[in-house]
Amino acid sequence: MKIAVCIALLTAMAGTSLAAEIPLSERRSGYSFMSPDTRAMQDEDTANPGMLFVLDGEALWTRKAGGADKACADCHNDARISMKGVAAHYPAFEKALGRPVDLEGRINLCRTNHQQASPFAYESRELLALSAFVAQQSRGMPIAAGDDPELAPFVERGHALFMQRQGQLNLGCTNCHDDVWDKKLAGSAITQGQPTGYPLYRLEWQSLGSLQRRLRACITGIRAQAYDYGSPELVELELYLMSRARGMPIETPAVRP
Amino acid sequence: MARLALTIVFAAELLATCASARAEELRPYTVVGDVIPASLSGAKGDALRGRALIVERSSTCILCHSGPFPEQAFQGDLAPNLTGSGSRWSEGQLRLRLVDASHLNATTIMPSYYRVGGLTRVGASWRGKPILSAEQIEDIVAYLVTLKN
Ligand code: HEC
Ligand code: HEC
Repeated sequence: MKIAVCIALLTAMAGTSLAAEIPLSERRSGYSFMSPDTRAMQDEDTANPGMLFVLDGEALWTRKAGGADKACADCHNDARISMKGVAAHYPAFEKALGRPVDLEGRINLCRTNHQQASPFAYESRELLALSAFVAQQSRGMPIAAGDDPELAPFVERGHALFMQRQGQLNLGCTNCHDDVWDKKLAGSAITQGQPTGYPLYRLEWQSLGSLQRRLRACITGIRAQAYDYGSPELVELELYLMSRARGMPIETPAVRP
Repeated sequence: MARLALTIVFAAELLATCASARAEELRPYTVVGDVIPASLSGAKGDALRGRALIVERSSTCILCHSGPFPEQAFQGDLAPNLTGSGSRWSEGQLRLRLVDASHLNATTIMPSYYRVGGLTRVGASWRGKPILSAEQIEDIVAYLVTLKN
């Protein structure tokens, strides 16, 4: 009896408006909501604090590490050629694991499998620097993630997470980022929640941060339990966001307020 | 009278059932049509405290709403301006709106401020607690009814 009531209630809540995907011609990066000053900071490599991380990443690319005493460059050579366009296809399906991995996850798989080194911690300077360096090689290229048919069920799960209301405030990502992206939450532009610039330099963080960090901030904002870094749920959300942003140019390293 | 009590859905009780034992007891309330006629706390709220609560970030109101708060630089525009709420709605209507806006509009984005159940993945620090206490809701209602235009 009690259970039936609960199920009826939950179903009633889950069945709220299913927003359609934003058409390509209306997709807008967080960049277009920013003040001219913040845009200029992203546009000028010399003013963009994210570039310091990219330079760090470039140095790490050629540094030998781990039991194999190999650098990224020993397998991949010049990142300007070998990494061009790679980030635009992430998260990608990893056959050995049977699930998608994001760019940070891929870098850590190379650490453990090919360099025989320990994985970098999430949000460590090294992991942010290397992923910023790799993603910067795709700057300006259109996002093309999620096409691999093996990814379909994971994209669908990410989509379901995006639609689901959660937390004490009982809001879904879609309630803000599909429905009211032209509005303001207190003083902040809500934006479409496009993942085009990560890792990016957020003025509020005073640091570079990953897309997972951003997602955890929104989840905590609605007073829901944030998923752990590296959890399948966060990777599925990243994957859905990247497929929702298909065709939009990569901006890494972007700047946000 | 007894029939009224039976047919009226006690949203708080019903939802609290789903939230299992760890949920804090919410005080029962009665919805009649689109109003909650009686004070949740049994006492009258304090309008001055209510205003202070509305503009406090942790109450979340002005993340979405704007209102007659000239000293507040950052107000939201996702929801109606609160100016004139007291002309548009009665005290009891405002109380139900705060307690459980989804009772009035199932697809609203306005959170239910006095509810602990039927929610998904509530973070550990907020679990089992309503967003606002009965007293806080009464203070806010007392303030909103003064907003006449
Ligand atoms: C109550 C509104 C709200 C909800 C719900 C919400 N967000 Fe956000 N989100 C924001 C705001 C506001 C910003 C911009 C924050 C800032 O820069 O100050 C943002 C930023 C973002 C960004 C960064 C965009 C960029 O340009 O870098 C992403 C990605 C994002 N959100 C995804 C999500 C996901 C996924 C969810 C659900 C798990 C979610 N959001 C839930 C309000 C919300
Ligand atoms: C996440 C967004 C959101 C938050 C937070 C929120 N509201 Fe609302 N509120 C709305 C929306 C949207 C409406 C319009 C009616 C509807 O959708 O239910 C509304 C309607 C109202 C109304 C009726 C307005 C009118 O005259 O038509 C009042 C009064 C109100 N809210 C008060 C509050 C108070 C007080 C708080 C904080 C304790 C609050 N709201 C928090 C979104 C919000």
